[in-house]
Amino acid sequence: MAKSIKLRAKAKKGIVTLKALINHPMETGLRKNKKTGKLIPAHFIQEVTAKSGDKTVMSAVWGGAISKNPYLSFKFSGSKGDSITLSWVDNKGNSDSKTAKVK
Amino acid sequence: MRKFIFAVTTALAVGLISPVATASTPQQDVKAFQKYFTDRFPDVPKADFINGRYALNKDLRSQWENMEEFPLYEDAVDAGEKLFNTPFANGKTFAGCLKDGGVGTRTEYPYFDKSRGDVVTLEGEINRCLTENGEKPYKWKKGKIAQLTGYIAYTSRGKKFDIEVPNDPRALAIYEKGKKHFYMKRGQLNLACADCHQYNSGKMSRSELLGPAFGDLSHFPVYRKKWSSLGTPHRRFGGCNKQVRAKPFKAQSDEYKALEYFLTVMMQGLEANGPSTRN
Repeated sequence: MAKSIKLRAKAKKGIVTLKALINHPMETGLRKNKKTGKLIPAHFIQEVTAKSGDKTVMSAVWGGAISKNPYLSFKFSGSKGDSITLSWVDNKGNSDSKTAKVK
Repeated sequence: MRKFIFAVTTALAVGLISPVATASTPQQDVKAFQKYFTDRFPDVPKADFINGRYALNKDLRSQWENMEEFPLYEDAVDAGEKLFNTPFANGKTFAGCLKDGGVGTRTEYPYFDKSRGDVVTLEGEINRCLTENGEKPYKWKKGKIAQLTGYIAYTSRGKKFDIEVPNDPRALAIYEKGKKHFYMKRGQLNLACADCHQYNSGKMSRSELLGPAFGDLSHFPVYRKKWSSLGTPHRRFGGCNKQVRAKPFKAQSDEYKALEYFLTVMMQGLEANGPSTRN
């Protein structure tokens, strides 16, 4: 799923706030298709990783409880001009990543 | 003096001078309606009513401003722009068909069309262009129609609504029909639109803050988190009717077109700021 991440990062006094909106169905696998009555198979992000340069600044393990099109925000120490990459992998093996410069 | 009293009494008897107040004109209604809200919320500048509940509550406002960082309606507006720029099978385009080219025209709707003798909504106009050019019309409440109206609304931001009811009895009848819907109690819960959105605006209804009707349509189509998508005004009207356990009318029915007309006339002077985000 290319182009699923919108990323923005701002630095203030040595702390970078990263905000991201990820497009993903995040199906729990427990919902039923209203027309066929069959379960909609689980399809959700399992791993999220954020790197500043080569260093991993955040890694997360997600499950079906995270909502559809999740919004993610966190802080870490860094400065303007740093290159941040956010990437995810889901339970079907799909992945995507986005890089942005800290403003 | 006696001649005068006699004349007046006869006139009253004949009904020439009605002792009862005459029905108000739409422009008088606009003044009274807007005054009700500016009186009810004296700390809210008139122009801010376009933000509905966010104008009334600081916490909600800051949450909303946070959400605007990655507007949830962004993808739909991009899709709408694509739809707008895609020509029909016959080569013609929306720009060549929609009134005034479509772009930036949100504030012109709904308007009373004298030749058709009916109120025309933006959605109605879009489907007219589609059917006249041999294309299949869009469904009325969501999907492509909302994306396209979303794009048109986005390009109209900052323009002011200024719809007045023309001096035509047919237009006035539609206006009055809309006004009647707004103030009429309906449904199992026996509530009128006005009960929540005028007389109790600003109060909480369960976990939601009741937004004022004044300016409510300025930010449509709206991305509702409940819908996870954009929806047109008539989609919301239907939902509102269902919420008070009244049978909803069909989207683009005469009833909802009249209601949209009435509410838009009341919005005179307010800026368009669609699409927006709500719960």
